[in-house]
Amino acid sequence: MIGNGYADLAAGIVEQAMAAGATDAECTISEGEEFSANVRLRELETLKEAGSRAVGLRILQGRHTGSAHTSDFSADGLRHMVRSAIELAAITSEDPHAGLPDPSDLGSIPGDLGLYSSDVERLETELKIDTARRAEDAALRTDPRITNSEGASFDTYLGSRAFANSRGFAGQYRSSYCSLSVVPVARQGESMERDYWYSTARSLAGMEQPEDIGRIAAQRTLRRLGAVKVETRKVPVVFEPRTARTLLGHIFEAVHGGAVYRNESFLAGRLGERVASGKLTVIDDGSMPGLFGTSPFDDEGVPTRRTVVIENGVLRSYLLNTYTARKLGLKTTGNASRGLAGNAGVGNGNLYIEKGARSPEQLIAGIQDGFYVTELMGFGANIVTGDYSRGASGLWIRNGELAFPVSEVTIAGTLQQMLLNLEAVGADFEFRGSMAAPTLVVAEMTVGGR
Amino acid sequence: MHFSESIFAQRFGITQQDLERYLSEALSQGGTYADLYFEYLSSSAISIDESIVKSASQGVSLGVGVRVIAGERTGYAYSDDLSADKIRKAARVAAHIAKGPATAEKISLNESRRRDLYPVGTAPTETPFTERVELVKRADRAARAYDARIFQVQASYLDNLRQVMVASSDGVLSFDRQPLARLNVSALARQNGGPPQRGHAGGGGRVELSFFLHEKTPEHFAAEAAREAIVMLDAVDAPAGEMTVVLGPGWPGVLLHEAVGHGLEADFNRKGVSAFSGRIGQQVASPLCTVIDDGTIANRRGSLNVDDEGHVTQRNVLIENGILRGYLQDKLSSRVTGAAETGSGRRESYAHIPMPRMTNTFMLAGESDPEEIIRSVPKGLYCVNFGGGQVDITSGNFVFSASESYLIEDGKVTRPVRNASLIGNGPEALKYVSMVGNDLKLDEGIGMCGKEGQNVPVGVGIPTIRIDRMTVGGTA
Repeated sequence: MIGNGYADLAAGIVEQAMAAGATDAECTISEGEEFSANVRLRELETLKEAGSRAVGLRILQGRHTGSAHTSDFSADGLRHMVRSAIELAAITSEDPHAGLPDPSDLGSIPGDLGLYSSDVERLETELKIDTARRAEDAALRTDPRITNSEGASFDTYLGSRAFANSRGFAGQYRSSYCSLSVVPVARQGESMERDYWYSTARSLAGMEQPEDIGRIAAQRTLRRLGAVKVETRKVPVVFEPRTARTLLGHIFEAVHGGAVYRNESFLAGRLGERVASGKLTVIDDGSMPGLFGTSPFDDEGVPTRRTVVIENGVLRSYLLNTYTARKLGLKTTGNASRGLAGNAGVGNGNLYIEKGARSPEQLIAGIQDGFYVTELMGFGANIVTGDYSRGASGLWIRNGELAFPVSEVTIAGTLQQMLLNLEAVGADFEFRGSMAAPTLVVAEMTVGGR
Repeated sequence: MHFSESIFAQRFGITQQDLERYLSEALSQGGTYADLYFEYLSSSAISIDESIVKSASQGVSLGVGVRVIAGERTGYAYSDDLSADKIRKAARVAAHIAKGPATAEKISLNESRRRDLYPVGTAPTETPFTERVELVKRADRAARAYDARIFQVQASYLDNLRQVMVASSDGVLSFDRQPLARLNVSALARQNGGPPQRGHAGGGGRVELSFFLHEKTPEHFAAEAAREAIVMLDAVDAPAGEMTVVLGPGWPGVLLHEAVGHGLEADFNRKGVSAFSGRIGQQVASPLCTVIDDGTIANRRGSLNVDDEGHVTQRNVLIENGILRGYLQDKLSSRVTGAAETGSGRRESYAHIPMPRMTNTFMLAGESDPEEIIRSVPKGLYCVNFGGGQVDITSGNFVFSASESYLIEDGKVTRPVRNASLIGNGPEALKYVSMVGNDLKLDEGIGMCGKEGQNVPVGVGIPTIRIDRMTVGGTA
């Protein structure tokens, strides 16, 4: 059972730090219980179950900061953490922008944001195993070419996070999470492929049917069999939602306040300018009830909110915490994020691309010769320059239809051009995590192959 | 150091009898094997940005993981509290993977003899912060001094000291003290108001702090990061399509890690889901290629005295003259398949189940002169530095991203090109290796390998090699 009362403990640790000589302090406590059941070829393979907790402290002495963290909650352990953080303030530099949020920025969204569902805590182990087994079984039964499997996994997580600072903020919220995923393996002749599908939700009731997940995973795997490498050429590229989400991830990295103030983003200094096709609108909203990127306050005690990042192609806002906002002469957008200790970074809430009007089938129907990308590999996106080059696999589009599978190719361009050449945005949109995008069509990219 | 002198005995009062009792409890439901992994991790991090030391942190994480194996099944539970009650509770939870009466004989632990591949008296984590903070300040100054076009520098220094103890129902009791330190530098350059370019460098190992004062200094890494950023200012568009690729020595060995290393991990092969499954004894690379995974190289980032299952690490031949020789085993895979253990069972922390992983993966040197290799190429790409890579072990397709590369035109290295990914297929790519240089170099100690959500430090290495055919993902 996940505890309450950590907000008081965090506030007490802040008081200890102030008594020990800090001029400001902030404390984060995180507790979690994880459970995981894996089934492979219909047999139980792994069960994992445990709980853990840890605490982090950041202090200021004037404009110098120091941080420490521990998983030792004994009185000695906590005292040692406080001493450690204060010791470190002596070796950091004076940073004119360091400090806690302005008191007027602090706060928490009231009411129930639907982040915790007690149906997750009551789940029987046997039910979890059986759910994973049903999903994998459905995948294995789909087609005789599904000859193997990396298994199915049912995972749950119950967590609690508390935060307090020396400006009077103290808050805590609980969250729950469950996920079911299946990884079938298909074989036909010499060709062997795997793919996956999954469902995630804050509550058991929000999960999709295990049989549906298994069947979709199998279909995604089967359609990759017999993939070929195409010749190098320039064509329209269609990103299905799973790969479109990675483009949204690159947009996030480029509007991240830290990258912007250091001038290491291709979107730095471009507020108010057209940076993308008029079809692109990007929103970040950490206050949407029940979703995966939702919280009542960010990791420095500022309420989360809706921020329009890109509106019809025009860059409207960066995503900021208190520090990066001060560096840029702006206001925080409530996007502070951190593990436990250290200075806050920037994280997304629920970041999404607003959907368009046409279905993926309609978008594909308009393309004579193009590449429908279902998987991307590697780390080939450079946010400083915008250079983009990644490994890809998917299906070739011929005369408006998905014709044959393609793999071992690259797609390349620049993120700047990809955003400006965004030709169409699909109507297919759903949250399976804290970032969501519909099908996207980029007018032209280089496909590298034979 | 012996168990009795370890932090687990000294500070937490754990005795050998306690360990034997916990193991018996773990096997009380009929499990066939159990182990305990105790970890006490101290870590610190210091970073500089805009010539301001903005952040310094230190912390402690400790806990114990209890694993029970029954046939091919694994039960796992962990606790971040080392009290007897909590460890026994974790043992009972893990025990439930098995359903039956206790089968174990009485367990008696024998402490294994210890060697020391990283004899570090004072770990960097135990040195005064005033000394460590100088490393990032020096890196910042040196990168800015390298060239007036450098306008932004970030440096970070990270270290940790991991004290681990493994006790298993096989009677193994091992203790290790694993120091690790790394310095990273990133520099941004700009000229004439044009777009910025970034350069990266870093390194370290299981070393004392003096490594950064005498062997690889902050100035060394700073100059390397600044140099790469300056070079990239003149980069032209990368080519696209199949061509001859020459890899420079050292970190480009990440090719081996992605193209063959992961595909040879025994868990995938036991399940038959790797592109290398069932290929032992077959030709998977050109006869010029011999690929080794060696966890025993002194002071290296990927080295370990014992793996995270208490087994001593060793030198494993993966590919010998192009023939696939063996897989990397963990305890579960070797128990299930009867293969000999290879000391490759690793885990990120006490909260993670061990898996077969790489340590330091490299290709042995050949006979070619590196300059002769470049001269032999009429048109191609010369890659000297890379970002990360990734592999789909089932199809065998892998990708890795070149962060510094040059065109080869008429046997000469000419213009730098913009970032591009290289893609290939594991069991095929190394068949096109036509020349192997005599200049084997290991990387500087920066690698982190991710698998199923677990990160562990690794090393790679390679001599200069020529690959006749590989797909390059540029735009030109």
